Amino acid sequence: MKNRIVPYTFIAPAMLLLIVFGILPIAVALLVSFTDMNLAGLGNRSRIQFIGADNYTALFADPDFWQALGNTALFAVVGVPSVIVLSLTIALALNRSQGRFFRALRSFYFVPAITAIVAVALVWGYLYNTQFGLFNYLLSLVGLPPVPWLSDPTVVKFSVGLVAVWRGLGLNVIIFLAALQGVPKEYLEAAAIDGASGMRRIVSIILPLLRFAIFFVTITTVIAWLQFFDEPFVLTKGGPLGSSTSIALFLYQKGFSSSQFGYASAGSVVLVAIIATITIVQLRLRRSDVDH
Amino acid sequence: MSTTDLVTRGGRRLVPHPSTARPVRARHRRGRTGTIVIGALLGIGAIITAFPFLWMIFASVKPRSESVAFPPQLLPQNPTFEYFIQLFTELDFGRYLLNTLLIVVICMVGLLLMAAAGYGFAKFEFPGRDALFFLVLVTMMIPGQVTMIPSYLILNGMKLTNTLIGIALPMLVSGFAVFLFRQFMATIPTEILEAARMDGAGEWRIFFRIILPMSGPILAVQVVLTFIAGWNSFLWPLIIANDQGLYTLSVGISLLNQQISTNPSLQMAASTLMVVPILIVFVVFQRYVVQGFALSGLK
Repeated sequence: MKNRIVPYTFIAPAMLLLIVFGILPIAVALLVSFTDMNLAGLGNRSRIQFIGADNYTALFADPDFWQALGNTALFAVVGVPSVIVLSLTIALALNRSQGRFFRALRSFYFVPAITAIVAVALVWGYLYNTQFGLFNYLLSLVGLPPVPWLSDPTVVKFSVGLVAVWRGLGLNVIIFLAALQGVPKEYLEAAAIDGASGMRRIVSIILPLLRFAIFFVTITTVIAWLQFFDEPFVLTKGGPLGSSTSIALFLYQKGFSSSQFGYASAGSVVLVAIIATITIVQLRLRRSDVDH
Repeated sequence: MSTTDLVTRGGRRLVPHPSTARPVRARHRRGRTGTIVIGALLGIGAIITAFPFLWMIFASVKPRSESVAFPPQLLPQNPTFEYFIQLFTELDFGRYLLNTLLIVVICMVGLLLMAAAGYGFAKFEFPGRDALFFLVLVTMMIPGQVTMIPSYLILNGMKLTNTLIGIALPMLVSGFAVFLFRQFMATIPTEILEAARMDGAGEWRIFFRIILPMSGPILAVQVVLTFIAGWNSFLWPLIIANDQGLYTLSVGISLLNQQISTNPSLQMAASTLMVVPILIVFVVFQRYVVQGFALSGLK
């Protein structure tokens, strides 16, 4: 009898927390998204009313929502290929030699990924500053006019995106380097003997063998861009005029700045649906790729 | 993944031949020049990547007049530590630092819970095990933004908003870490556990005296990753803590951004305070950090 309970005592504490903060929130989000819950409802349950799908109707009619969705799509469309191509290039270059110099260089590329985004965004904000920032000074050295990095609605998207690319490289470089360890040396040596150039070896041997790693990094990078939040939150608060507001930042603002919990929950349900759909489509594409 | 089609691609066999496995010298030399060029490019890229940190550290010891000077200078002319002192005397960063450390400690307790769960899933047969483990995997796929608002509502229902426990609780366990612990502990031979049971050792005693010591490598990775995650955590402390006495370093810094945006030196001092410990942890435990990240590529 005692033995039957033992395994549950091991898993119970972690399971309980995972269920309360991992599974239960999905149900709560769905439920709340059909109510008009706000700050008043937070203190007094009786003031919460079911309003059916009104939140969803309002959401799809909200120009701010569409702007945030459009920004997020733009971030993903530009950001995903940039991160993947850059991190793959860096990983291939770093993998060229196992010498001490190359190994030491790795750390430099890893570090941005593990440092606190809040602190780092402050540093970038300082570099972007239009009065005394370094970037505009460097531009002036080569005779270029100053750039309104964080105040122009178009430039700001690039500015916050750049910080995210800079931060996102490290993790993917590590994953690609780990995958490159799995490429058998014999194939590369044999190809070299047969006269295949370095580029040819990369395209014909390494990239096909890295297919799974590239696929994995694509999925996680897409999800990361769809959840893009920290950089615009700290650097611009989503401005100017919402031009750097991502969908996640939009949800935060609706939920915690204006306490429209019901409305924001509807938005988060939509975001999850988008993420799930895109991930499933990618998995399908991958499966058909394997079939061939 | 099939490799045979690769090896014979283009009708040419690419299988190594022992006697010709050494590249000819001319190609070797060209390869070395290429390596030097790539090394130089990587070096420049590394400097660019690390430059914001360098700029931050130098600016943190510049007097304000230098940090807002135009044109900006890389090196401080009259280095000063006054802004670090100001963070602790005029601002409440000592308090924020303490709160951040407390959260890291609470997260380490969570690590123990996750190790226990991983052990339970790896080494016991019990009804509902597969279904429960499936739930663990499901939590790995749910984005933080969907749990953000409901978790706040749940914590509010438990009257835990505005407490350190409330900040730490949702960060305490992660499905991915449970998964990693399970994968690792499944490789520990069951015979050892059975022998210990024969000797009359209790189940928790086995866990603490045998399983945990044998899980050294995965524990080291998780401890380092937990420290980094707890130290850097931002969104939760921001949402849950309304009382300034509960702010963490990250929340304190984000407020610095709004309030005193005219003093870059002070901002950079605060950023340095937050970033440098992570840099030190990274330099000392680089192996574990890299292993942990590479493992995340497996999930």
